Amino acid sequence: MKSYEFGLFVFMLSAFLGFELIRRVSPLLHTPLMSLTNAISAIAVVGAILITGSKDATLLSRSLGFVAVVASTINVVSGYLITDRMLKMFKKRDGRK
Amino acid sequence: MIDNWLPALYLLASAGFILAIKWMNSPATARRGVFAGEIGMLLAVVGTLLRQEVVDYQWIMIAFFVGSAIGVPLAYMMPMTAVPQRTAFSHACGALAAALIGTAEYYRHTPHGFIMCALVLETILGFLTCTASLMAFGKLQEILPTRPMTFKGQNIFNFILFGCTALTGLLLAISPEQFWLFPVLIVLSLLSGTLLILPIGGADMPTVIALLDSYAGLSAAAMGFALDNKLLIVAGALDGASGFILSVIMCRAMNRSFANVLFGAFGQIQTKGHTEQRNVRSASPEDAASILDSARSVIVIPGYGMAVAQAQHKLRELFDALTKRDIEVRFAIHPVAGRMPGHMNVLLAEADIPYDKLFEMDDINPDFPVTDVALVIGANDVVNPAARNDKNSPIAGMPILEADKARTVMVIKRSMNPGFAGIDNDLYYQENTLMLFGDAKAFVASIVKELGATVHSASA
Repeated sequence: MKSYEFGLFVFMLSAFLGFELIRRVSPLLHTPLMSLTNAISAIAVVGAILITGSKDATLLSRSLGFVAVVASTINVVSGYLITDRMLKMFKKRDGRK
Repeated sequence: MIDNWLPALYLLASAGFILAIKWMNSPATARRGVFAGEIGMLLAVVGTLLRQEVVDYQWIMIAFFVGSAIGVPLAYMMPMTAVPQRTAFSHACGALAAALIGTAEYYRHTPHGFIMCALVLETILGFLTCTASLMAFGKLQEILPTRPMTFKGQNIFNFILFGCTALTGLLLAISPEQFWLFPVLIVLSLLSGTLLILPIGGADMPTVIALLDSYAGLSAAAMGFALDNKLLIVAGALDGASGFILSVIMCRAMNRSFANVLFGAFGQIQTKGHTEQRNVRSASPEDAASILDSARSVIVIPGYGMAVAQAQHKLRELFDALTKRDIEVRFAIHPVAGRMPGHMNVLLAEADIPYDKLFEMDDINPDFPVTDVALVIGANDVVNPAARNDKNSPIAGMPILEADKARTVMVIKRSMNPGFAGIDNDLYYQENTLMLFGDAKAFVASIVKELGATVHSASA
């Protein structure tokens, strides 16, 4: 099987899995969910690292890669941190009173 | 050496991401989910850094540092009302990264066939989502006017523009050597993104943000195909699916189609025939306090106006005061309350309102007829009975919170101005409705004060 065919299978299965998982997420958490998936899709940083750090990188590709690493690092860092910050606020009635 | 382990690391990272989303299904496990996602990300990044192709670390480290220096304050300083803006900005960053990687790959390898198709898709979606998200950011931050911006022949112009973009992409996919076409593709994609958001109004932002989330995810997935990286495909597909589902939920909550949201230019003032003076009953904070005091069950319906007035903390005080008197207080959350999916829940959670008191529309609607008081704060269209009764109303068929069925309805509102849909609300003219005119925060504060005063006189 060619690599891209394999990739298409992976894509299809992940998309179905995503649909099933996300349908089960309570609307209560839709905002944190979106910032979490946002952080997850910042996995683009992997591609950016490969381009910025490679041996044969030209000035153009290294500059583009550099900006891409910055942009995805912003997403990784702020995405996970703000998701956690939001989730910490969701409390049941507790010993506050 | 590491290259043998890499597939295992990427596999674990994918599992981490899947678990992260799975654990988001309940607030009890959600933080564990974030942790799983972080571990996944760490494994993937460390694994990639150790790959043989990566020889130059200097720029990567500087980029990590710069990104963290921007990302950390972004996460901690943003007030919760600004979360939609942050999300839009973040979509712009993610999409920009994908687009730039696509561009770099193109000039490095100039691939052919399937990989080139994926690369073109990645670049178009990336640049388009980038400017579209920046436009959404501008509208949410109110740098740009939140009203839809329209011009004559806009839809035709946009369709031609999108057509040209798609055509350029197709030409490039067929003959990648046409180097001059690539910059054209970039410019066309950037333009398409800008023009796509121009006609969209503030009230449609929840749908649009979710849709852009989906696009950002799809461009990451396309990058996965272009770089032949399964981890990227998995993460991108998950993000794409999530954004897609959320935007479908948002569309359903407004009873509209994607096409209508994107090209309908909703939210323009509708000039309606009848403008005759109708009577409303208004009440003072004292009246409101005594009605609430004698109620047994109260449902609060917060809308974006509540958040604009920063009334959520005062609302918590009201919640505490009423709960102390054994009055059952619940919150009814419409899916499009706020500026992004689930926004209102976060705002109320921030004000320390327990999340088991927040109810979804379908769960709480049957309870309105047996509820003593429905208190509407800063919401308008989502409680407009015209959606149910008036077939010609622009919001006809939109699912609403049935506040009008409660025994007494109280509406805190600045003035009689109509909401985003620009239509009058019959709820305000009902016999059992009391209008409480004033700033949401100040009004709730004075109700709380009145309630406090009656406690004192009762105990004295």
